[in-house]
Amino acid sequence: MAEYKLELKGVSKSFPGVKALEKVNLSVRPGTVHALMGENGAGKSTLMKCLFGIYSMDEGQIFLNGEPVEIKNPDDAMKKGIAMVHQELQPVLARSISENMYLGRFPVKHFGPLQVIDHKAMNQETEKWLKELGLDYDPKALLGSLSIGQMQMVEIAKAVSHDATIIIFDEPTSSLSDKEVDFLFKVMNDLRDRGVAMIYISHKMDEIKRISDDITIMRDGTYVGTWAADALTTDEIIAKMVGRELTNIYPEHNHEIGDVIMEVDGLTSIHPKSFRNISFKLKKGEILGFGGLVGAQRTELMEGLFGIRHLASGTIKIHGKNVTIKKPADAMNAGIGMITEDRRGTGIVGCLSIKDNVGISVYNKFLQAGFVLNHPAINKVVDDSIEKLRIKTPSMKELIQNLSGGNQQKVIVARWLANDPDILIMDEPTRGIDVGAKHEIYEIMEELAQQGKAIIMISSEMPELLGMADRVCVMCDGKLTGEIDKKEEMTQEKVMSYATMF
Amino acid sequence: MKNASNKKIADFLINNGVIIVMFVLVIYTGTTSKNFFTINNFLNLFSNMSYRLVIALGIAGCVITGGCDLSAGRMIGFAACLAGTLLQKLDYSGKFFPGMAPLNPFLVLLIVMLVSAAFGAITGFFIAYLSVPPFISTLAMMEIIYGIGLIYTGATPLGGYVESYTLFSSGKFLGISWLIWIAVLVGAITWFIFNMTRHGKYMYAIGGNPQSAEVAGVPVKRNLVIIYSKAAAFYALAGFMLGAKAGGASINTGLGYEMEAIAACALGGVSVTGGRGKVSSAVIGVAVLELLKVALQFLGVDANAQYIAIGIVIFVAISLDIRKYVAKK
Repeated sequence: MAEYKLELKGVSKSFPGVKALEKVNLSVRPGTVHALMGENGAGKSTLMKCLFGIYSMDEGQIFLNGEPVEIKNPDDAMKKGIAMVHQELQPVLARSISENMYLGRFPVKHFGPLQVIDHKAMNQETEKWLKELGLDYDPKALLGSLSIGQMQMVEIAKAVSHDATIIIFDEPTSSLSDKEVDFLFKVMNDLRDRGVAMIYISHKMDEIKRISDDITIMRDGTYVGTWAADALTTDEIIAKMVGRELTNIYPEHNHEIGDVIMEVDGLTSIHPKSFRNISFKLKKGEILGFGGLVGAQRTELMEGLFGIRHLASGTIKIHGKNVTIKKPADAMNAGIGMITEDRRGTGIVGCLSIKDNVGISVYNKFLQAGFVLNHPAINKVVDDSIEKLRIKTPSMKELIQNLSGGNQQKVIVARWLANDPDILIMDEPTRGIDVGAKHEIYEIMEELAQQGKAIIMISSEMPELLGMADRVCVMCDGKLTGEIDKKEEMTQEKVMSYATMF
Repeated sequence: MKNASNKKIADFLINNGVIIVMFVLVIYTGTTSKNFFTINNFLNLFSNMSYRLVIALGIAGCVITGGCDLSAGRMIGFAACLAGTLLQKLDYSGKFFPGMAPLNPFLVLLIVMLVSAAFGAITGFFIAYLSVPPFISTLAMMEIIYGIGLIYTGATPLGGYVESYTLFSSGKFLGISWLIWIAVLVGAITWFIFNMTRHGKYMYAIGGNPQSAEVAGVPVKRNLVIIYSKAAAFYALAGFMLGAKAGGASINTGLGYEMEAIAACALGGVSVTGGRGKVSSAVIGVAVLELLKVALQFLGVDANAQYIAIGIVIFVAISLDIRKYVAKK
């Protein structure tokens, strides 16, 4: 048996105007978890897409078990025993879990001269694989009825069911609760024992330390190096990823907390299993963190507050006055802004320019004669934010879909800065963006708080939650289970105990 | 190096495919037939383009929001008939409203546009507030408006228009038909709406990602109603223009024009998945289709075979055009 299960040597790939990969190497030993790390835009996903046959390489070679191979398309990759759990799920929501698991390889039985799909076998097989991951979903349930975290588990079950010898996990835990992550790691450990080689892409350092054997680090499309996982500390990994030492990733708190600006009382969703009877206060110049497990209904609560979801009961008072919020425009009029969790789904308008993505919520404020858009004024606002937020783009006319995740997020931040709300809700503001951009987002939050804005931040990353928030509310299963208002009492253990008060 | 320049040429061809098709067509026809490059021919071509452009500009708004409008053709027929019944000569023998004096054509134009806009608003209401898909919503309105038109006219064709009405087609300003001036004006207004008003920007955002638009505070529903209502008003104007040009109308006037308008938009580069498209797209699309028809006529191609040619051009042009947006791998 060859030393390496899989080797990629000297892989280069260019897109028009961008050199995405430059002679990158990756060598994965059988029966190991190999972490692939780098900031967003470092080329990790591109490399994996080359391996999986989604992109064709300009240069370089792939070796499987020491033999050179060519992978033409994803189907080819799967036949060679390579499976991939995608960063962005692409499931068929309107079909059942089992149909999604067996899409493209439905089990068949013979019905006279006809070949028909064997639904019974398919459902049984699906159930078996789900059980193996410790999941008790009904294989016949529509995939769309699952949460994003659950769908991800199905996706992982699918990769496992392929009986693949190489599995690529592209940020599989970004939507999973801790419990689900434990499941995943248990399954990964089993797979490791069976000799499966796994490539694991994640930004979460603690997970990397926990699960991986080897680490390969990439930076700006180039290969930095490969190390044994226990040979590097978290700080060293970060330093190698960004090429600089990060002393403290959270900015110093210098903002002053003022009077209460918003009072929420008894907010309850129209759905019985969603948020119930939530009351909290928000103060000027405060960063209020919302912690909890995935599925704790934090996003739903904030979307209810912002008018994206319906409320059954409850009152919202802003500056001491009751406000009625039925749609996002109402919330904006009341002085609330919201950066949603799902950047692609409810944040950006991909086919429009940076300018239009910023302008969309403020065109109201830039009118001449009541209806003619004042383009020079808008351009100035957009140009200023590009400079201030250091958005990397050739011009404001660039389509937002051509930017990296971190830069897209900055454009959304720019949209809300232009709108100048008193209260800004940020739902997972740094999800899926690189360390450098994260830090910049934190600095922006600190600056806004200094200006007296009130910020609500939902975060599933404990260090971020504890590092940024002045006060933390913790939710579990739709209820507010705890509040920690003293900085010294904010500990991971305390948050976790509130978060699991089912 | 050679590869790079080849790639540039290929990119240029792909990015400007439709316009190149148009030029090739014009030059080939112009060099092979004598009377093609004449002012008269082009004025004629432009006046044929005029009402089609107005329709296409109306439909473009719907397509940019990710919808479509199947009711356009029937709306045109209805508006042409409604205008016709109000603008017949007093002494015309088959007069629809015997003894009724013809109204002022501008007033009639206003009436037909408002009536159609109201119907368009109903379509828009179902799309925006009751989430009926545009394809189905406008299909329903297509049936309704056809039925109303049939009942209203009793399926009788109309004619005998007053001169002040037909003047909209025969009248000239600077040697150019009023029809063309109307189309230019509508084009300018639409450009203004698309680029210089909130509504235009919202339209693109709704087409690009309605959820994001909603979260950013865009009144998505109200804007959808405006889009379909405005489009219907444009169809009414087109029906009015068609009536003036033909000097008559029947309930089947404009039948099938919605398909041609959608095809023109797509040809010109309005993305049928929403979010993209300009006024120039509609102009180019309409021009390509009309030029194609005229060129084929000049080349002596059987009129029935022209449909096949149009279909082929749509296939080829859209296949090329879509390359611009298909992600390069």
